[in-house]
Amino acid sequence: MVHQILFIIFALMCVAGAVNLLRQSHPINSALSLVVVMASLALIYLLLGAEFLAAIQVIVYAGAIMVLFVFVIMLLNAGAEERSTGSRIALIVGVPGALVLGVLVGWIMISNNKLLGSVAISPTDFGETHFIARLLFRDFLLPFEVTSVLILIAIMGAVVLGRKES
Amino acid sequence: MDIKLFIVAAVIKIVLIVFIMLTGVAYTTLLERKLVARIQNRWGPTRVGPFGLLQPLADGIKFILKEDLVPASVHKGLYIMAPMLALAMSLISFAIIPFGDSIKIAGYTIPLQITGVTGANGARSDINIGLLIILGATSIGVYGIALAGWSSNSKYSLLGSLRASAQMISYELALGLSLVGILLLSGSLSLREIVRTQESTWTIGGFNTHLPHWYIFPQFIAFFIYLMAAYAETNRIPFDLPEAETELVAGYHTEYSSMKFAMFFMAEYLNMFTVGCLATLLFFGGWHGPALPFLPPLLQALLPLIYFAIKVFFFIFLYIWIRGTLPRFRYDQLMAFGWKFLLPLAIANIIVTGLIVALG
Amino acid sequence: MVPLSWYLILSAVLFCLGVLGFLLKRNIITIFMSIELMLNAVNLTFVAFANYWNAHGGLLPSGKPVVGLSGHVFVFFVMVVAAAEAAVGLAIIIAVFRTRETLNVDRVNLLKL
Repeated sequence: MVHQILFIIFALMCVAGAVNLLRQSHPINSALSLVVVMASLALIYLLLGAEFLAAIQVIVYAGAIMVLFVFVIMLLNAGAEERSTGSRIALIVGVPGALVLGVLVGWIMISNNKLLGSVAISPTDFGETHFIARLLFRDFLLPFEVTSVLILIAIMGAVVLGRKES
Repeated sequence: MDIKLFIVAAVIKIVLIVFIMLTGVAYTTLLERKLVARIQNRWGPTRVGPFGLLQPLADGIKFILKEDLVPASVHKGLYIMAPMLALAMSLISFAIIPFGDSIKIAGYTIPLQITGVTGANGARSDINIGLLIILGATSIGVYGIALAGWSSNSKYSLLGSLRASAQMISYELALGLSLVGILLLSGSLSLREIVRTQESTWTIGGFNTHLPHWYIFPQFIAFFIYLMAAYAETNRIPFDLPEAETELVAGYHTEYSSMKFAMFFMAEYLNMFTVGCLATLLFFGGWHGPALPFLPPLLQALLPLIYFAIKVFFFIFLYIWIRGTLPRFRYDQLMAFGWKFLLPLAIANIIVTGLIVALG
Repeated sequence: MVPLSWYLILSAVLFCLGVLGFLLKRNIITIFMSIELMLNAVNLTFVAFANYWNAHGGLLPSGKPVVGLSGHVFVFFVMVVAAAEAAVGLAIIIAVFRTRETLNVDRVNLLKL
């Protein structure tokens, strides 16, 4: 009961933040709505037993990536967005397509409700840090090293792209 | 520990801790003014009350009665929300910090930590990822400063807030990495567990040095990195270029007045408290100290709290001492120091600690 | 006891809102943020199914047991890649802004200025 109330509150925060991201015209308001979405997603991860991921979501996504977005919006200072019509095809095919996709996925999930079961909050050590560390540094060691090289390439790319023409 | 007892105890603890922390912040401003004054060979506030002890009360009344100016061209919502966000994130860390072991009231064992619970067999435990939550609160605190400067719609505020945010996110890396050494030695992210592993004494190769098992001894490099990164995180001298009066008028809080400015102030001092509390918990054994059996039992029960308070007070004193003594960094020196010196040093510390732990 | 399908429906709703944002908005940074929203929706799906596999067990086709926690590791990797992509993407946006002086995607539709 409490679990359901908590989930509904956090899910409403998520969806409200996402809808606000679409409705706002100034990108800074959209960025802050996205931070609200990420924070409520971190709370939902806690409901699913993923405690380490909830902390990482707040520290990395809401606390670093979105700060980067807010920085760039503040620096560029371009102002509210103007209404301009772009490709008509995107609107005519894309918007109904996205809605159909959402309804289809939702319908498949609801019709498989019995198979999927339910989530229970119980004291387990499911998402604990040392288990994730064991997986990450033993079974997934190669992808881990590859992502570290990827971050290095991204840093170099960002530095080169951001430099002024001299 | 059943849920009703937990909620009642948590609410009482929240009210107590918020009250104590805000009073502590008020008196830390007085302590700072008097200490900096004595370093500069003058008295500091002495008129209001004996030895100036009622000065924070006078300051509080002044802040409440001041006119709350809201300039016309600010972005209203963000302008009002930014100081509240900064203050809220500073206060959240205190929900995780354990101030002592526990106290027994009316047959219940209540842990001295807002999010601490007593298990079935009397074992006290808290959140598994406590340290990460404090780091997360620090990360979100950057938004308060970034949005304050941007919403003020003024050149000085924007520049000051951009500099402050860039400084804070740069030093967050060194801060987090310096704490990984502690993680390797203690094996847990839970603050209570880290303090519990600092109970005994160091034995090197079977020989019992009578040094307490505090992590300051093997991790002194990490301690210095942590201190320097924490000074940059809390925007204090020598890293306080973003809010220096002589540089950028007043940086990101130029356009703020009365209560909102007071909220930024309180957030900064609360961050100082959090840094001091974390440093004592992680490096100096928290509330552990020599048991003094000649004291009356009431004082003996309070002794862990007193030790904790003394250690945190030492860190506040250190903050103010450094403020009175050192000049401030220039911005490019500041960034170079964080990226080119502290970060490689923290990584080297992790490698050396990891090797020592892995090889026994 | 919350049915798992609720989490998955929330994830689908967030993903569709992300797609709608990508199609409807004209500011390049807002489009980028819609992409991040889609990534977050997918992360939620991964974590939900990690919980499912942990609760219900099961065997991979190779005969080994399914490790539910590998869903968490996937989310970790998605976050890392999203961070790298955000850094490079925002650097590109800054570079484009320097020359075009606009963040509206409809103005950046010719190779020549």
